[in-house]
Amino acid sequence: MDVVTLSQLQFAATGMFHWIFVPLTLGLSILTAWMESRYVTTGDETWLRMTKFWGKLFLINFALGVVTGITMEFQFGMNWSEYSRYVGDIFGAPLAIEATLAFFLESVFIGVWIFGWNKISRKAHLASIWLASVATNVSALIILLANAWMQRPVGYVLRNNRAEMNDFLAVLTNPYGWIKFTHTLLSGYALAAFLIMGVSAWHLLRNNELDFFKRSFRLAAVWAFVASIGVGLTGDFHAVEIARTQPSKFAAMESLWETKRGVGMNLLLLPDPARECNAFEQLCVPNALSMLAFHDQNAEIKGLKEFPRELRPLVTPTFVSFRMMVGLGTLMILASLAAIILSRKQGLEKRRAFLMLMVCAIPAPYLAEQFGWLVAELGRQPWIVYGVLKTADAVSKTISTTQVALSLLGFTVLYGLLGAIDIFLLVKYAKKGPDKDLSAIINVQGRA
Amino acid sequence: MDVSVFQVIWFVLWGVLWAVYFMLDGFVLGTGFLAGFLAKNDIEKRVLINAVGPVWDGNEVWLITAGGVTFAAFPTTYALMFSNLYSALLLILFSLIVRGVSFEFRGKLESTAWKKAWDTAICVSSFLPALLFGVAFGNIFKGIPMRNDFAAVNFAYDGTLIGLLNPYGLVTGALFVLLFAVHGSLYAAIKTTGDLSKRGAALANMLWLPLLVVAVFFLGYTYPATRLYDNFFKAPLLLVIPVIAVASLLLVKVFAAKGECYKAFTFSCLTIVFVVFTGVTGLFPNLIPSSINPASNLTIYNSSSSLLTLKIMTVVALICVPAVIAYKIWVYRIFRARVSNEDVLRNPEAY
Ligand code: HDD
Ligand code: HEM
Ligand code: HEM
Repeated sequence: MDVVTLSQLQFAATGMFHWIFVPLTLGLSILTAWMESRYVTTGDETWLRMTKFWGKLFLINFALGVVTGITMEFQFGMNWSEYSRYVGDIFGAPLAIEATLAFFLESVFIGVWIFGWNKISRKAHLASIWLASVATNVSALIILLANAWMQRPVGYVLRNNRAEMNDFLAVLTNPYGWIKFTHTLLSGYALAAFLIMGVSAWHLLRNNELDFFKRSFRLAAVWAFVASIGVGLTGDFHAVEIARTQPSKFAAMESLWETKRGVGMNLLLLPDPARECNAFEQLCVPNALSMLAFHDQNAEIKGLKEFPRELRPLVTPTFVSFRMMVGLGTLMILASLAAIILSRKQGLEKRRAFLMLMVCAIPAPYLAEQFGWLVAELGRQPWIVYGVLKTADAVSKTISTTQVALSLLGFTVLYGLLGAIDIFLLVKYAKKGPDKDLSAIINVQGRA
Repeated sequence: MDVSVFQVIWFVLWGVLWAVYFMLDGFVLGTGFLAGFLAKNDIEKRVLINAVGPVWDGNEVWLITAGGVTFAAFPTTYALMFSNLYSALLLILFSLIVRGVSFEFRGKLESTAWKKAWDTAICVSSFLPALLFGVAFGNIFKGIPMRNDFAAVNFAYDGTLIGLLNPYGLVTGALFVLLFAVHGSLYAAIKTTGDLSKRGAALANMLWLPLLVVAVFFLGYTYPATRLYDNFFKAPLLLVIPVIAVASLLLVKVFAAKGECYKAFTFSCLTIVFVVFTGVTGLFPNLIPSSINPASNLTIYNSSSSLLTLKIMTVVALICVPAVIAYKIWVYRIFRARVSNEDVLRNPEAY
């Protein structure tokens, strides 16, 4: 394998690993802040115990989000130095802004939140978790605007052998980025809510702490439902945007080979890239794709054959990932709707089959998250910046195959180990359930 | 204002970010690799970890910012620095990853073997960045073997990981390790209580002499090994910077010997900052010189972003940096109390 392929593998592996932890951080930080707000306004100790319990899981997860993030930041220079040099004028700024605006806030106030229980007033303590979680969300916005620029470059000119910024506002208001942001953020909220529901269901099945876990479940069910609907809606906006700005990706997502008007959508379909057609197509909904993509049932959609072979992304993985994400998203909407209904009725703890289903549903949003990035990133290939720079031209020139092979091996071993430990600890603390006695904190805080 | 003004501004900020990063993470790294010598039992180890607990991540963000700012303000330098020093940076990266999770994981299981394993991890993963950052900066001061043709957009690098371990690089590495060791010991002295605090002060006193020896040797060796002194000969007023560094280093000992560890710590902060300033001032206007051909030097002029990007970044910095400094000071004040054994035992959130 060459440096390009190895670097791609390494970027994908480290990025997807970062992405195991990031969405939970995004969602659980807000939910924890919400619980603590309820505690501070009502004084009800169950809310405090919920804050502590879910907050603990949040922190175990957060640690890996932080350390894997540094890798992402370094890798642009290490493996993609031609990319960094070529687009750094535009792409570097968001990374620097993210650090000064968001990472400082986040890291400092997480520290205050963890160690400040007995040192500052309740209100100040509550403010620290809100600051940290808002900062986390802001950091997501900025990095996604950067990523969106690679998907849909705006506000730049090519001069001095590189891309230079000429309109910062255009970069900040890139519609692609804002859609990406809302879709990603809501997906994180949904993921966190599904985790809370799953863990609560596990405890309800064992009759542990019924009041505590029913309350958690009920809260999470609402979040999960609203967020899942939002994910579906923003996902649709996403597809519309892609149809206009990245036709080759759209064609791959739908495995569409011929350019046609009034395109239908096949519910069952299997791509056959070698023969440039689909092996089979079944259950076609007429005109649905044109309708979805352009809100016009006769709209023309470009097929893959419109693009030379070397400018097409890998069709099968892009297509399968997209279908999986949408399928999982649909299931999540249905599951969270059922969760809302059942959790409002009496006797949630007796609906064993449903509760078991919710435990099993924990991985669903995780999988959808990973498939989402595969669609976004694989579908963009062979471009690293769509229409501007090819991935193959973006790689560092001064690194060797051996170096990258060794670093990829190192990441695989290290991340594998740390990931296993982190998940082990998450499961352990999730199963352990909430602490009984919080009097130490309440007494001291009361005085502050 | 034309672009060169902003290039100079960002060069200064670049130096400041590295200096502040080493000042702040220096004591975390120092207490990290000395924990085994300072702490005699599990509870003392926990005290040390909890003494850096609330601040370590916020301190590490200065590194992320230094990286981000290099990317934004001097993208060509970011690109070539990170790819040319690929393997060294990778080792630093792995260390920082392990160190970060160690703090979080160590206390999560009640098992001696588990804790021992993480103690080793903390020690190694704190020592390596201290050494390797020193080695990296030594090589940057000296220049690295790169051949850059900026007009033709053609870049080459002749170095290896082993090549970085040249004598000057190693001396700078030793300097960093000892600076952080004294700094970390003093931090332990001022942030803990009882015997642990006394041991911190004693270790700082003991390590000061080796530090002085290495520092003097470094300053002398810098003359034949690098061109850092050129700027100081051109503008002798700049000599104030290394003079402050040396004076602070002497004052560290004066106060540490008297047992006034707060003051000693303050001066060890200044020592680190001014050692970095000395190096960076010597580099100007280079960010990274080439050891092969001065035409290949990465300078603030040939590697910077466009005027517009530099202006935007300046506005962002003017807004954000004062705010960051303000709330960081607030946080250091909240956690200004010493950490005692009882604190750690009582607080269920402690690491
Ligand atoms: C949509 C959200 C998102 C995306 C696409 C990324 N990250 Fe991330 N990142 C976060 C959202 C986030 C976060 C949720 O804000 C984290 C996770 C845990 C944390 O502390 O912050 C984080 C942590 C984190 C950190 C550590 C911050 C600290 O020490 O506190 C760095 C340096 C990065 N990220 C950098 C990156 C880079 C360079 C990325 C692109 C390749 C990237 N992240 C993708
Ligand atoms: C954290 C979530 C992310 C995941 C899971 C992810 C996933 C991927 C994947 C799977 C590829 C590989 C494509 C291939 O192999 O051909 C890739 C490539 C890439 N992505 Fe992302 N990505 C993430 C975030 C980002 C962000 C936020 C950015 C920009 C800031 C980004 C920039 C890139 C770059 C530079 C490449 C080029 C290397 C390549 O094409 O392999 N990625 N990413
Ligand atoms: C329900 C229907 C859904 C639709 C129609 C949809 C649509 C899309 C589309 C078109 C993209 C590609 C964006 C690009 O190429 O830049 C995408 C990306 C993504 N999706 Fe979905 N999605 C859905 C559900 C989900 C679910 C349930 C999750 C996770 C819980 C999810 C997480 C993601 C993520 C993380 C990305 C990558 C980031 C981004 O580009 O926004 N999606 N989605």
